[in-house]
Amino acid sequence: MKLTVQDLNSHYGPAHILFDIGFEVGEGEVVALLGRNGAGKSTTFRSIVGLVAQRTGRIVFEGKDVSAKPTHEIVREGLGYVPEERRIFTDLTVEENLEVGKQPKRANAPDWTREKLFALFPNLGEMKNRPGGRMSGGEQQMLTIARTLMGNPSLVLLDEPSEGLSPKIVEQMVDAILTMKKEGVSIVVSEQNLHFARLISDRAYIIERGRICFGGTMAELDARPDIRDAHLSL
Amino acid sequence: MAFYVVQFLTGLASAASLFLVASGLSIIFGVTRIVNFAHGAFYMIGAYIAFTLTERLSGAFGFWGSIVLAALAVAMIGIIVEMVLLRRIYHAPELFQLLATFGLTLMVEDLVVLVWGPDDLVGRRAPGFKGAIDFFGQNIPSYDLFLIVLGPVVLGILWLLFQRTRWGVLVRAATQDRDMVAALGVNQKWLFTSVFAVGVFLAALGGALQIPRDAVHHAMDLRIIVEVFVVVVIGGLGSIIGAFVAAVLVSELNAFGILIFPKISIILVFLVMAVVLIVRPWGLFGKPEAPARKTPGLTVNPWRPLTSNERLAALAALVIAATLPLFAGNYALTVGSEIAIFVIFAVSLHFLMSVGGLASFGHAAYFGLGAYGIAFLAKMAGLPMVVCLLLGPLLGCMGAAVFGFFAVQLSGVYFAMLTLAFAQIVWSIAFQWVSVTGGDNGILGVWPEKWAASPSHFYWLALGVAALVTIALRAMVFSPFGYALRATRDSLLRSEAIGIDAKRIQWTAFVIAGTTAGIGGALFAYLKGSVFPDNLGISLSVDALVMVLLGGVETVSGAVIGAIVYKALNIWLVSQTDLSKLVLGGFIMLIVVVFPKGIVGMLETLAQRRKKAPPPASPLLAKPIESAE
Repeated sequence: MKLTVQDLNSHYGPAHILFDIGFEVGEGEVVALLGRNGAGKSTTFRSIVGLVAQRTGRIVFEGKDVSAKPTHEIVREGLGYVPEERRIFTDLTVEENLEVGKQPKRANAPDWTREKLFALFPNLGEMKNRPGGRMSGGEQQMLTIARTLMGNPSLVLLDEPSEGLSPKIVEQMVDAILTMKKEGVSIVVSEQNLHFARLISDRAYIIERGRICFGGTMAELDARPDIRDAHLSL
Repeated sequence: MAFYVVQFLTGLASAASLFLVASGLSIIFGVTRIVNFAHGAFYMIGAYIAFTLTERLSGAFGFWGSIVLAALAVAMIGIIVEMVLLRRIYHAPELFQLLATFGLTLMVEDLVVLVWGPDDLVGRRAPGFKGAIDFFGQNIPSYDLFLIVLGPVVLGILWLLFQRTRWGVLVRAATQDRDMVAALGVNQKWLFTSVFAVGVFLAALGGALQIPRDAVHHAMDLRIIVEVFVVVVIGGLGSIIGAFVAAVLVSELNAFGILIFPKISIILVFLVMAVVLIVRPWGLFGKPEAPARKTPGLTVNPWRPLTSNERLAALAALVIAATLPLFAGNYALTVGSEIAIFVIFAVSLHFLMSVGGLASFGHAAYFGLGAYGIAFLAKMAGLPMVVCLLLGPLLGCMGAAVFGFFAVQLSGVYFAMLTLAFAQIVWSIAFQWVSVTGGDNGILGVWPEKWAASPSHFYWLALGVAALVTIALRAMVFSPFGYALRATRDSLLRSEAIGIDAKRIQWTAFVIAGTTAGIGGALFAYLKGSVFPDNLGISLSVDALVMVLLGGVETVSGAVIGAIVYKALNIWLVSQTDLSKLVLGGFIMLIVVVFPKGIVGMLETLAQRRKKAPPPASPLLAKPIESAE
């Protein structure tokens, strides 16, 4: 297994947010984490990379238990994270944003260069010196993915990449994610949009109120409209 | 005309050092969000070490080599300080960070006297820059010209460092979003350490470069840090260009202010700062940012009024305290009166800080104004003591009304800096306006009337007023006004959304706290029989902060305990050792790092633990230092 999450529990202050979350991602797989607003998708991702301080459980990445490591070490193992809010460095140019993400090559992961990323996201290549704060939402979304890819991750946690984007940009996003998959990057993508998830994912988990309540292939999910209707708003 | 040009150039030369120190402070704040009060101390150590090295190493290389070596040595000290002290408090509230670095400053002040002695040291002049250049009959030291060139050169180097290197890009990214930088695999621990080292290097270089111009002495840290605060606040915290422009502005104001208003030259700079803060609170080149940090006083354990048993216990404690004159001598009673007065002072700051979430770094201004109020009324108007005691604190009230109006427009670090600046304004008026305030000599002969003159009577008076003030402020905490004030502390936006006029509530709290402090100051004037500018000084303001902190910021009445313990300890310490600043500074750092909840907070935690399962982690340190490790 590429990534195994077991018994993940997280708290924000006195509030218990995640309850015994567990899921697995295979080598080269694209797995969707589906759920409504506030179900706990973002908190799951933030907990995996260690940005939520109060968490317990086991996170095994490429056979190594990384749950006790600080954020930057987890990321340096090759576990990339793309936050939902994008969190572009607004004062930095596109090139400089990419520079912050840069990490050395990794044996088991594709090697991304600026040129390769500009080919993947042609819009970014046309605005190399533009400050992040003067970009559209779609461009920022592309930049935040490209920035994480600069770290040459072997697995990427993508938090709601289609949120708030126009249909045309969403299409580009689908292409980009499929290219990443083709290059050999494993991906966990959190989504509310089942249609989008279906286009890219091999398997899906559904999270509701901080608990995993379904796990299976996309075909198995389609065979259970009751689950789909109960936990996902369509 | 030539005279004015020379004056202008002198101002520019002074700006160089100021810019170096201020840019260092700004860089450190930008990334670590710590306002490093100890920055002046690093500046001072830089000057001292450079002095020693230039005495040992000869020749041109020796001089310039010494300057650079001194700055590097101090940068190493900075690295140790960052790793040992600052890494433990990155996620603590700003107040704690300011206090911890202030504690460090206190320690350094005593240490340099231990190592280099108390006398001023006059350093060597710079080889190659010993002479002066004639400018239409006026002399300009050639070293000044060197400094004038150096400022922009350093600005240029810093600009290249931040724009053209990977380190600079990472620093700029971390300035905006530290967690995201960590989430991209950057080790923040070393980024923070390196940034701190660079900032400290700049401060020490600024100090080292001053030795051909000024004598090195052990009070140069406080003088520069106040100016540097002014510079970064005017220029905008975190902006290097802002630091440069503001350093020039402040130095020129100093250079010309002394010609135009020789009496109030210090005030001029502070007035400009106050105006900038009111018009552009984030400074000329800074950026407005949301106050995301936790304010002191925010607590998970809800506050509640005392139960009837606890009230009886408090009353019993008061009765026991009142029996002190039956068995204690005059000295003990004077100490007791002083402690009671400081209880008043501490609870007034606690009200502003813990209940209102507004950490003032200049609360002594209102204490001192109360004291001066008494001195004016008793000495000049010759009014009876009771009238004086009733009217004297009004001066503190008026001061708080004026300054508080401006101060509550800001929050967090900026609030702390503005209150500090206002206190410095009041201090410099008291210090410079000799004809009215007596300047450094103060106003003497303010003695209580016969009915309150004996130590026991005065002790009862002070104790009674302290008890009344504490009860009144406590009652206010649990009044509708107190609820509204705590609402503005916990969330300004939400409280405004439910119709609370937040600024007015905060202003009112500021005035109440200032008036109460004035009552303490009024009694203090009678206790000491005199009033001095020190009664409004920074160190007194910090004393008050430490008392509140020691008692426990998150508690309702920790300030009372904090004031008693701290004041008693302080009086005892000063009588025991010459190195009281060293001990006190270490003590402050210890509380911040080891006991951030204070004495009462610790007791509450212990009591709770006995009752039920462990309480949630302290909200002050709710987030461990994980992202900095």
